[in-house]
Amino acid sequence: MEHRKPSWFNITSLVLGFSFLYLPIVILVIYSFNASRLVTVWGGFSTKWYVSLLSNEQMLDAAWVTLRIGVTSATLATVLGTIAAMVLARQGRFFGRTLFSGMIYAPLVMPEVILGLSLLLLFVSLDQARGFWTIMIAHTTFAMCYVAVVVQSRLAGFDRSLEEAAMDLGCPPVKTFFTITLPQILPGVAAGWMLAFTLSLDDLVIASFTTGPGATTLPMKIYSQVRLGVTPEINAICTILVAIVTVGVITASLISKRQQVQRERDERMAIANQY
Amino acid sequence: MAKKPIGPVRRAFAPWEDPSAIPFIEFRNVTKRFGDFVAVDNLSLSIYEREFHALLGGSGCGKTTMMRMLAGFETPTEGQIFLDGQDLAGIPPYRRPVNMMFQSYALFPHMTVEANIAFGLKQDGMPAAEISSRVQEMLRLVKLEQFAKRKPHQLSGGQRQRVALARSLAKRPKVLLLDEPMAALDKKLREETQLELMTLQEDLRMTFLIVTHDQEEAMTVADRISVMDRGHIRQVATPGEIYEMPNSRFVAEFIGDINLFHGKVTQKQSEDAQLYCDLTDSTINIQGAGDVRVGDEVTFAIRPEKVRISLDKPAESNANVIQAEVWDIAYMGDVSIYHIKLAEDEFIRSVVANTTRLVERPITWDDKIWLSWDRDAGVILTN
Amino acid sequence: MDREVSSQSYSKNRLGRWALIMVPYAWLLLFFLAPFVIVFKISLSEVVVAIPPYKPVIDWAQGLAGFVEAAQQWSLDNYIWLTEDAIYLNAYLSSLQIAFIATVITLLVGYPIAYGMARAPKAWQPTLLMLIILPFWTSFLIRVYAWIGILKNEGLLNQFLMMLGIIDDPLVILNTNAAVYIGIVYSYLPFMVLPLYSSLEKMDSSLIEAAEDLGCPPMQAFWKVTIPLSLPGIIAGCFLVFIPAVGEFVIPDLLGGSETLMIGKTLWVEFFSNRDWPVASAVAVVLLLILVIPIVLFQRQQEKQKEAQ
Repeated sequence: MEHRKPSWFNITSLVLGFSFLYLPIVILVIYSFNASRLVTVWGGFSTKWYVSLLSNEQMLDAAWVTLRIGVTSATLATVLGTIAAMVLARQGRFFGRTLFSGMIYAPLVMPEVILGLSLLLLFVSLDQARGFWTIMIAHTTFAMCYVAVVVQSRLAGFDRSLEEAAMDLGCPPVKTFFTITLPQILPGVAAGWMLAFTLSLDDLVIASFTTGPGATTLPMKIYSQVRLGVTPEINAICTILVAIVTVGVITASLISKRQQVQRERDERMAIANQY
Repeated sequence: MAKKPIGPVRRAFAPWEDPSAIPFIEFRNVTKRFGDFVAVDNLSLSIYEREFHALLGGSGCGKTTMMRMLAGFETPTEGQIFLDGQDLAGIPPYRRPVNMMFQSYALFPHMTVEANIAFGLKQDGMPAAEISSRVQEMLRLVKLEQFAKRKPHQLSGGQRQRVALARSLAKRPKVLLLDEPMAALDKKLREETQLELMTLQEDLRMTFLIVTHDQEEAMTVADRISVMDRGHIRQVATPGEIYEMPNSRFVAEFIGDINLFHGKVTQKQSEDAQLYCDLTDSTINIQGAGDVRVGDEVTFAIRPEKVRISLDKPAESNANVIQAEVWDIAYMGDVSIYHIKLAEDEFIRSVVANTTRLVERPITWDDKIWLSWDRDAGVILTN
Repeated sequence: MDREVSSQSYSKNRLGRWALIMVPYAWLLLFFLAPFVIVFKISLSEVVVAIPPYKPVIDWAQGLAGFVEAAQQWSLDNYIWLTEDAIYLNAYLSSLQIAFIATVITLLVGYPIAYGMARAPKAWQPTLLMLIILPFWTSFLIRVYAWIGILKNEGLLNQFLMMLGIIDDPLVILNTNAAVYIGIVYSYLPFMVLPLYSSLEKMDSSLIEAAEDLGCPPMQAFWKVTIPLSLPGIIAGCFLVFIPAVGEFVIPDLLGGSETLMIGKTLWVEFFSNRDWPVASAVAVVLLLILVIPIVLFQRQQEKQKEAQ
């Protein structure tokens, strides 16, 4: 839809729309620096809530557990999800393919309460002690589906003749995957990992169902505190989480943007050098 | 009839005429189905060592499938493929002594030109020193020495094409497969590259198999052409034979422009025949008619450049001569195509080289003119 | 040429191929499909005061005989229970209603944004797109939580409105269905805008010019050309909002009030507070059955889209 100039209506709806999306988060960040305990009254600038957060051992424990679950489940989900994407994109028809792709897509829209409940009942009937590992498995299961979708879209845009060329030149399939395919889909795999990690970091419902003694994640901690009321301390921890994610996403997109610009420049040079 | 070589003879290389020659590549009754679709239908083809062979046909004719079966990317549903006496069945693509140049070039974007060329050699576990000298040799061959450290996206289309060529030649494969290698190049570059490819093939004394939909390209580079259509090979012959002696209406119409007339054989004496066309109410004398019999319904085919036109009745008595009227003239620059009306809805095209300037040309619209062609200029198609 | 059809080429190594397929397949069978079977099984059993708080319906130690015996004990009691107590039926209906209304509002809010993005200069579009995606990466819980401070009686919205003199007494928004609508619209807006944007962005602007050239006024051109052509985006966006909104738990729990009945919350309460696992399982099975219809419709639509391309 180029050519046409955006109208005032277009500009207004963009401004209002993005204000709606960002204002609550901005307010949250601002109030995390509020000196007053009352969240709605501005009592001057202060970082005391961040300081008190650092001495809140329960919070720090929960953060540590969340981080460990996030990293392990994201890594495992990335491996499984990438294989699943390869299977969907490369293996053609096989017995049970419909069931397989159904199981990949279903968790994306399945209510979390159902996923959480069903996994808990599985762990109970397996007589499995619940805690870190059960949350990790639960997160891996739904995150791998997101990874599979992200990686698959990357594979769809990937010139398959590259793999054939490698094999044609004598490279066996597994080696071809590691030397040719993986480097090409790496941005998709990295994005998949980040997505899996944030999903794990963010999840309250599934973790609440599958957790056990001693494994309280940050969202569970935040949730139980939020139920008691809004506190600046929660604002502070939310601000930290938002900051981490924002910095991560923006850095990633800047890197990929820079690579793209460099690439375009190289291509222009190549065309110019021809003559 | 003694088989005369037709068309330009590049060199005395014609192992397909030698009954004792052993084929280097042999497709034996190969069929490939994709579900209900028959891509290649019970097809046999022999290609000889050091031959430059072209598979020519429109899209969906099965030419790419043939090549991919030879490379090992597809498995024949039925039949066998032999290379240098060895049955290729069950050998995966990465163990076959053939290399392919892909239509998209398929250069590894994350590797330099050098690394791309070295890739196949590394797979064979060749010592590093040897790899580097072979890579240098290949870079020299395709004149890209100063681009060794570049990545593919830093190259122009023509340079990428040469890297792809160097990469597929680096392993010195028994057969080089070229899948529409020049499809992405502009016309001028394509013509240059075709000539380079021919020279390269002669110098390296290798067997090349090219897949193309471009008849001019096939005619330029190949020793022999297989014209394919819907999973079948319609004719396998040298470019000259394909052009001058097409064996079917399909081949005749696929390659170049051609005039076709339906007729009935009225006389036949050894190799000479006479044909009567009722639409134009004219008689055509043919020399070298092959085995047709009196009474056969046949198609007579003649290339437009073999039809001469003149204002005065030509003196030669040996030629076919018909009087007709100029209907339309298409000026193409180097040549002009005259559309000449023989009867209602019956036209013949004549191509005349514009050896003189436009203003000096004597024949114009609605002129009554004389058409003539030699008795051996056309060919009879029976099927 | 023939490449599309040649999906299962050169896989001579069948064992390796199956090993590759089986790794994620087995994982999903064990941790996705098997749990559903168990949920279904438990929904047929009786609640007991024990750990775990349900009577196992199948004793695997007794083999097939045990299975047959257990199968005779299966009962639909929990499902009958769901129909007898009006709270469940109301919760399902009200979930569907809330999700539907929220989806419509999200569409109305999202369309102008997506349209504005598609009309924005090409150079801005990647940035705008990232701005839409960015909230998706930040915590869902936090984004819902942020609204509590805004919507409550002494919250920022009321302070702001009173400061402007629009209202004299604070509006009660938090702990009402209105807050739930705001929460759903806010949380799911990116899911609506992204498919809308991608269908609007693909659209050839010369189509609208052609419509106007043929005498169609701009407003009518919008209704007759833009809207029908963005229909795949509208459908995809609505499904992406509606389906998860039906089973939503966090939003009704944090923003909704006692009048807010949503099935995700009911299930949670049944499970954590009442500790009635069989009934919670039955609630989940029925919710799943309700959602299967839109999920299947959605996948059909997606496949049609893929084929059309």
